[in-house]
Amino acid sequence: MSGSIRISFSECSARERIARVFDEHSFTEWLPPAARVMSPHLAQLGVPSAFDDGVAIGSARLDGHTVFVAGQEGEFMGGGVGEVHGAKLVGLFKRALRDRPQAVVLLAESGGVRLHEANAGLIAVSEVMRALLDVRNAGVPVIVLIGGANGCFGGMGLVARCADHVVMSDIGRLAMSGPEVIEASHGVEEFDSRDRALVWRTTGGKHRYLIGDCDQLIDDDVAAFRDAAILGLSMGKPLDLAALEAEHALLARRLQVADSVEGVEGVDSVDSVEGVEGVDCVEGVEGASDAVDLWRRMGIEQAAAVPDMSAAEVRALRRQEEVTR
Amino acid sequence: MTPGIETLQFEFVGGRPVRSFTTVLVGVVGSGNLEVMLEPGDAPLCRITVQTSARGFGTIWEAVFRDFHERHSLAGVTVSINDMGATPAVVSLRLDQAAAGIE
Repeated sequence: MSGSIRISFSECSARERIARVFDEHSFTEWLPPAARVMSPHLAQLGVPSAFDDGVAIGSARLDGHTVFVAGQEGEFMGGGVGEVHGAKLVGLFKRALRDRPQAVVLLAESGGVRLHEANAGLIAVSEVMRALLDVRNAGVPVIVLIGGANGCFGGMGLVARCADHVVMSDIGRLAMSGPEVIEASHGVEEFDSRDRALVWRTTGGKHRYLIGDCDQLIDDDVAAFRDAAILGLSMGKPLDLAALEAEHALLARRLQVADSVEGVEGVDSVDSVEGVEGVDCVEGVEGASDAVDLWRRMGIEQAAAVPDMSAAEVRALRRQEEVTR
Repeated sequence: MTPGIETLQFEFVGGRPVRSFTTVLVGVVGSGNLEVMLEPGDAPLCRITVQTSARGFGTIWEAVFRDFHERHSLAGVTVSINDMGATPAVVSLRLDQAAAGIE
């Protein structure tokens, strides 16, 4: 596909993404729009419904391999998970458990549970997580692609982190609570949701990649997402006690780095930092609670320049850090 | 004005029979946008059903569909629309986009 014009993943609809990420004309949809399996709740509330309830599911081929696919449409209710939307995701994973495709690829774009049908949506998200882990336990890898304008938040953020392999573009976002939620609950002094630079530093693809929540950081390009998904086919991770304990150790290390004011003992990657005096006065950033500080403490000397770096430059940083670790 | 969704239905007699086609879906139900689905229907009719959150604009919808019908005169097509306050211009473009998807 080299030489072709770069097409923004973010600007594509869910269906356009599916058409371009997977092999041409290989997508077979289950419960397509014409089946009209729609939300039973939205019409009662006077809110328009969508024929597919905001998610397309089915089977497709990726580089010749059969994979199961779900694409969430962020433009419809922010990709919110309602009862039917969630049931379609659960059904896809259950079918994967039965049919054992090469992988399940989730093109996630969601603000989380759709508040119009909150209880059903909450239950649905927990069912999605259970079904996803069942699929992984059966040896079928789950790959999540995140690059939509609405990001991947709330319950879908949790779902994403249950997967084997997470791919993000630098403009993709991944977190539990969204910016407005944090501001509403903790105040604007804690988190200014209108500060876009802050929001992306805290939830954006670069941050998630540097701290290890995402496995591949790429440009906002459908062809790059396709390549990354193909690479993800062979990136299944074991789902066992050792993997869980390793994850817990990683999170504990992260907390240690984040909470420390001085250099942290026992955290290899921080040893390369010459003290941390500079941390509190990073240009344009107040306090010691910013992602830039965290990157610096992790041993990334050019931390302040990260927001302006390209995805490729940030990839090089993590490689560097992995070498020094 | 009562809250909720308004359902509108229109019917035209088309002069241009459409060969069998697979379902066409264009657009997304987002603010100021709409989704349009075309399915094979009973020739020579073009039946249209609209579900819209913007109540009270039936005459404008009718005018937009009349223009659309003058352009395409589809026979044997069922048009289903979920609308979230799209403007007439957006509706016209989506209808043309959907009609182009049949060919």
